[in-house]
Amino acid sequence: MIDMKRVYLDNAATTPLLTEVVDAMLPYLRDAYGNPQSLHEWGDEARDAIEEARGQVAALIGARSEEIIFTGSGSEANNFAIKGLAQAQQSKGKHIVISAIEHFSVLHSAKTLEKWGFEVTEVPVDRHGLVDPKEVAKSIRGDTILVSIMHANGEVGTIEPIAEIAKVVKETGALFHTDAVATTGTIPLDVKELGVDALSLASNQFYGPKGVAALWLKKGTRIMPFIDGGVHEGGRRAGTENVPAIVGLGKAAELAQRDTSSRTAHLYRLRDRLIQGLTSKIDHAILTGHPSQRLPGNASFCIEFIEGEAMLMLLSSKGVAASSGSACTSKALKASHVLTAMGIPAEIAQGSLLFTLGLSTSEQDVDYVLEVLPPIVDRLRQMSPLYAKFIKEQGGGR
Amino acid sequence: MPIYSEKVMDHFMNPRNVGEIENPDGIGEVGNPVCGDMMTFYIKVDNNHLSDVKFKTFGCGAAIAVSSIVSEMAMGKTLEEARKITPALVAQELQGLPKNKYHCSNLGAQALNKAIDDYLKKQGKEVKSKRRRKDEGE
Repeated sequence: MIDMKRVYLDNAATTPLLTEVVDAMLPYLRDAYGNPQSLHEWGDEARDAIEEARGQVAALIGARSEEIIFTGSGSEANNFAIKGLAQAQQSKGKHIVISAIEHFSVLHSAKTLEKWGFEVTEVPVDRHGLVDPKEVAKSIRGDTILVSIMHANGEVGTIEPIAEIAKVVKETGALFHTDAVATTGTIPLDVKELGVDALSLASNQFYGPKGVAALWLKKGTRIMPFIDGGVHEGGRRAGTENVPAIVGLGKAAELAQRDTSSRTAHLYRLRDRLIQGLTSKIDHAILTGHPSQRLPGNASFCIEFIEGEAMLMLLSSKGVAASSGSACTSKALKASHVLTAMGIPAEIAQGSLLFTLGLSTSEQDVDYVLEVLPPIVDRLRQMSPLYAKFIKEQGGGR
Repeated sequence: MPIYSEKVMDHFMNPRNVGEIENPDGIGEVGNPVCGDMMTFYIKVDNNHLSDVKFKTFGCGAAIAVSSIVSEMAMGKTLEEARKITPALVAQELQGLPKNKYHCSNLGAQALNKAIDDYLKKQGKEVKSKRRRKDEGE
């Protein structure tokens, strides 16, 4: 039997590990097993390794090494930032501003803060998923202590005007955190240029291992420790460091910094090929997110009259991995809050289909998707009572 | 492990009885696009038997597989027998459904029942709403 073609276009879920990253990690999974806190040769070796990684991560985002706190995931970094900064600032006020399209790790952290007596304002987005800095300015009050707006949304690809929003926030004296999980290691990024006080990033978004991420915290910014119990990470996040993963993150950061421009050029070309091909081959396919201000590997759509999970299953039967924000694909059976916040009607959001391209994506992969998807859409539309109604209303059609 | 059983996958990949019936004896439409799933069942009744059953479904893999298996289970049955196709039976016939997809099996049984109701109404017969409620409630 001939092996079926396999095309992985779910890089927003996780990217694969680069070989160089694996190679960098291996010694720390084998012989260099020391605990970085130990005062002997084994400890020195592990400590040197994580400090080198700290430097590599700092260099990627234009920060200082001592400003990097390693965490176990991007979600943890977001939890840490939202809860830790709010708690440390609560003598100044109890109001927090976030956007309506934040990752659940920010949204739910904000919900937790509400239970703890904080107040949260959600800033809306426009139909492209953009946050308007003026809306942020409007929502800031005298007692606002923290603003958190994501750098880019991984689901629809929209990149937010963080530097502009930072100017607005800075005037008020509130702290500004950005969830840069979707952007760090993918597009060029400098914390000074962004003008933020804290930033979350995650390793598995740029070809590093899972289970490791970081919170960058501007020097001098007070934060409540997230895990008590030791001197690790400046006393703010206790627990024996995940040395191999941290080393992998460091290596991935180094490679991302080195290769950003060639990577983005590759992704832009293939992304646009996919977007143009798909929207020209399939009628009633809407590109979601911002048309130009979007992540280089993000091609997100709503395909009308059909449902996302059914598309994913048929794509999967053709060896293609993608994802969807449809209600049916979510465990909670709720349509994506991002699409909803962008004003996309529920029945159209049901047709959400997201392709996220990566370094290993080839032109052949894109063309393969463009070949297998239209018959899948056709097949589901032939089954769909919505499509039948639409055709009837159109007065015949095919 | 995939979230769906082999049977669900089979009915999703090769759904039986997709389509519409011209001049059907009964139509049952349930769900709506906003809630995510929508099923329309068409039936043809011959001598109190379901001589043809077809469906159109907007929804996830489970919704499509449920529609397909319900159409297969109902085909050729008497109206009374078809009424006994409960959501639990549908799920069982599909070798189980993930928990958050149980509502799809409800929709399938409901759509079929509604089509039968529609047929009975058109015949000027009484619709046994009590039984219907019981069927839908399971």
